[in-house]
Amino acid sequence: MNDLLSHGLQGFGPLLAQGTWMTLKLALLSLALSLALGLIGASAKLSRSRLLRLPATLYTTLIRSVPDLVLILLIFYSMQIWLNDLTEMLGWNYVEIDPFSAGVVTLGFIYGAYFTENLRGAILSVPAGQLEAATAYGLSRAQRFRLVLFPQLMRFALPGLGNNWLVLLKSTALVSIIGLADLVKAAQNAGKTTNDMLFFLCLAGLVYLVITTLSNRLLKHLERRYNTGIKELAR
Amino acid sequence: MTATALPLSTFAQAPRAHAHTGAIKLSVEGLHKHYGEHQVLKGVSLQARKGDVISLIGASGSGKSTFLRCINFLEQPNAGSITLDGQTLEIHPGTRTPPPAQLQNLRTRLAMVFQHFNLWSHLTVLENICLAPRKVLGISASEAEARARKYLDKVGLPARAAEQYPAFLSGGQQQRVAIARALAMEPEIILFDEPTSALDPELVGEVLKVIQTLAEEGRTMLMVTHEMGFARQVSSQVLFLHQGLVEESGSAEILDRPQSERLRQFLSNRLK
Repeated sequence: MNDLLSHGLQGFGPLLAQGTWMTLKLALLSLALSLALGLIGASAKLSRSRLLRLPATLYTTLIRSVPDLVLILLIFYSMQIWLNDLTEMLGWNYVEIDPFSAGVVTLGFIYGAYFTENLRGAILSVPAGQLEAATAYGLSRAQRFRLVLFPQLMRFALPGLGNNWLVLLKSTALVSIIGLADLVKAAQNAGKTTNDMLFFLCLAGLVYLVITTLSNRLLKHLERRYNTGIKELAR
Repeated sequence: MTATALPLSTFAQAPRAHAHTGAIKLSVEGLHKHYGEHQVLKGVSLQARKGDVISLIGASGSGKSTFLRCINFLEQPNAGSITLDGQTLEIHPGTRTPPPAQLQNLRTRLAMVFQHFNLWSHLTVLENICLAPRKVLGISASEAEARARKYLDKVGLPARAAEQYPAFLSGGQQQRVAIARALAMEPEIILFDEPTSALDPELVGEVLKVIQTLAEEGRTMLMVTHEMGFARQVSSQVLFLHQGLVEESGSAEILDRPQSERLRQFLSNRLK
């Protein structure tokens, strides 16, 4: 089996492993960024101040109505142009954005919009009395969030969160067009060189399948954890 | 000690609380609250001495719950003053919420029991009771747990209830946990917001019995209630609110001999 695999990989094993690692790094860092943006966006959207609500609404509306690919190209190229203008204006040296940071920022920015809606819905699902009790017992804003709101909103957020994560993971494939050597790029290269595109693309698909299967396991576990104390699930 | 459901008539034999003469613990002066154009409270005042049990009664919409919620700033009052043990919070029209530290101080001294219990559903009974003492009062985990177990016992819950989640308890048990949560703050005053209104009739007795025990211990309590029979038995003072104003107040006697036409009407609609 091992022999067959190493023969089948025709020496491209390390390249594919690097690609997989790149895909994972991209996906996880983008996830962290988009969750942070999602929390900020959701709080802004639920805020009483119009000054906060308006930009958040603009953000989710615009991002969610434009294809990811268009946004990736737009943000990646325009970021470089803005930066060039800025450095030129300040008389600094030319700074090149590395594709990895650009990829993380772009994906994080796009998926932040989806997580905003996801988390906004989850926050609204937490019964008001839960936070009211926290306020009445003197918990500070930060404590109310950390000890009451967050553990309770997770229950409502997890199904949508898992969904968004899977879409985000697969979207990392799009960043290969801005020059990142992710899993898809590695499979493509291997396929081209060996004239065995079908094999390497199927292999890439299989790797994605493994990652998503493991993610689903983790999500199931998290859902169980954040549902403790809820009657329906225990029955 | 196990609290069991009791018929309301049990309370008829209990001795009636008397007005207290100690120092004034809580004084609320001229509290106003409006939502937009709608005036909910038009200047409501109240004075509680140590050991007082004050019942707030009135029709729905009279402002009694809002009044209670303004005292611990769950609702921001628009004007008036609240003095707890000599420390005054003044609210003028247009003033902002008091600073967080002052609010926190006030809230830790006024524990609240809600109509719908509002126990934190993701925490066990023990964690529910320990959360605020630990995180807000800053007492140690072991001390908080000891307190929690002591008060669980006091409200008549078995020790094994401590590890359960609220959703698995009956309404009456949940409300008794909520009372234990309030007691664990060792507050100066407990605010009860219609503590039995969300309960099935057969579970009302067990909760009232606990509240009565607290009254007999001389705890200072403010209670919004629809249980007139109970109010008559435990109250040292009764306030009848009507359209955002105190229409009539006095000892529990006023429930037997109302002076105002409105209270008379209210009671005759209630007690059938």
